[in-house]
Amino acid sequence: MDSVVAASPPAAMSRWRAGLQPTLRNRLVVFGGILVLALIVLAVFAGVIAPYDPTEMKVTDALKSPSWAHPFGTDRFGRDILSRTIYGSRIAFGVAASSIGMALVVGGLLGLIGGYFGGWPDLVIGRVMDIWFSFPTLILAIGIAAMLGPGLDNAVLAIAVVYAPLFSRVARGSVIAERAKDHVVAALGMGAGAPRVVFRHILPNIAAPLIVQASVSLAYAILTEASLSYLGLGTQPPDPSWGTMLNEGRTYLETAPWMSIFPGLAIMLAVLAFNLCGDGLRSVLDPQLRGR
Amino acid sequence: MRRYVLLRVVSILPTLVGVSIAVFLMVRLIPGTVVDQIIGTEGTYSEETVRSLRAFFGLDAPVHVQYGRWLWSVLHGDLGTSWRTGLPVRQMILSRLQVTAELTLGAMVVAMLVGVPLGILSARRENTALDHTVRISSLFSLSIPVFWQATMLILAGSLWLNWAPPVDFVSPLADPARNFAIMALPSLVLGTATAAVFMRMTRSSLLEVMGQDFVRTARAKGLSERSVVWGHAFKNSLIPLITVAGIQIGYLLGGAVVTEEVFTLPGVGRLLLGAVVQRDYPLVQGTILFISALFMLSNLAVDLLYASVDPRIRRG
Repeated sequence: MDSVVAASPPAAMSRWRAGLQPTLRNRLVVFGGILVLALIVLAVFAGVIAPYDPTEMKVTDALKSPSWAHPFGTDRFGRDILSRTIYGSRIAFGVAASSIGMALVVGGLLGLIGGYFGGWPDLVIGRVMDIWFSFPTLILAIGIAAMLGPGLDNAVLAIAVVYAPLFSRVARGSVIAERAKDHVVAALGMGAGAPRVVFRHILPNIAAPLIVQASVSLAYAILTEASLSYLGLGTQPPDPSWGTMLNEGRTYLETAPWMSIFPGLAIMLAVLAFNLCGDGLRSVLDPQLRGR
Repeated sequence: MRRYVLLRVVSILPTLVGVSIAVFLMVRLIPGTVVDQIIGTEGTYSEETVRSLRAFFGLDAPVHVQYGRWLWSVLHGDLGTSWRTGLPVRQMILSRLQVTAELTLGAMVVAMLVGVPLGILSARRENTALDHTVRISSLFSLSIPVFWQATMLILAGSLWLNWAPPVDFVSPLADPARNFAIMALPSLVLGTATAAVFMRMTRSSLLEVMGQDFVRTARAKGLSERSVVWGHAFKNSLIPLITVAGIQIGYLLGGAVVTEEVFTLPGVGRLLLGAVVQRDYPLVQGTILFISALFMLSNLAVDLLYASVDPRIRRG
């Protein structure tokens, strides 16, 4: 029994290694991964890559169409759209990563508690999650952002609250399945305490579905942030959020369409990248979906 | 079936109560109070103003009493009074419901008409160039923000067709042709992502059903591929689609807010946005409660439909 308990974490490690090969063979994951990496590089090195300061106004250059000097054109204040789009990736990825990180930790923990202990904690957590699921996602995000007030931090909080139940459900289901397995039963039989069983024997084995969920949720978090900013409830001007830029471009759609075209393309590429990764990872990690 | 319906209806009640508490608390969780927020934007004020505002928002009683009063009013169909217009919230919502209902329904029809046939086609031509094209297109459709797609279509219309979306909404009962001209594009835009979800679900569900024993038996009996697909597999593959349709109603109701904003349609979503901008908290609260209740009831209807189609569900 000792060997069973001891073998659990390395078994999880080897499963990860075994999962990596088909993951890298999946062209969708590789393409999505390259796209995500490229966008992350853009976000991290925005200060070096962007040709202009994203908030610097130069009214004499207002509403200039795309040219060599400004490949994506300029907005009504003469700000360079390319630079704003590059800096916009910082906000998009920052908001997505922090909100989904929070949702993953809080939701995942609640799911772990509910799934592991069962009984009334599971019932209470399950009921609260049911209530959360009863709100359409964007409506709930709008409601929270409206109550907390517009702004980047509040948008992060709103998105985290909205997506936490998803992680709770995924974690709960996986924990229940994992808890019945021999290595967990053996660990419990050996007298291991709940924290040790959860963090050493269960968590490494339920990480895969949580990662897939995180990848897909990152895509939706980017979309939700862009939607909130577009509606005036997320990032506030002059910060260059893609959603805010699209909102600003509405008035100039016929005279300066580039103000709307490029930020939208950026959102689409970022969301597509995470969708490709999520889709590919899901098909690699779920044997039922392999080849589908 | 009657027992299942009863159980399902009863099971929704605690969640409805939970939703009402969440919506009620939403306004109470505003930093400071609603009154502080409103006064903070309006300049100088007297104690009398604060007292009357507290009374208007029902803040002059303990929280549980406030909730009790509010719930009692809601149960009697009273969602409160708009802070900005003085009109009953229910009346304001109902006057705009037609637009949102038509938009959501239209988007669902678009999604079904596009997504299901493409899903079938993709499954029947599995791993061909057509299948890959449809699957990649669906990923693109899922990745395009509603408001950008709408903006680009409006831009394309104005550049190449000298067309702009009509500004005034006309009821389908008053002028069906004009109503169609107004609602067709918004429904198409809102339905795009849902079409992609339906396509993917139909494809994977049909592929799964096609691998089951009863399909193999049908083939072994010598039935043509056409009757195997349409007579046996197709109907069974549609069952999971009902569940997905229920979930998608939530997406469509949320997406309707953005779509109505882009196309300036006077729906419930735009009412909510206006209320948010104007800090009309009773209207925000009432609208969110109404939309969530609508979503829950739609899901209940979908569940009941699911049970009526699949006997395994109602037999538990």
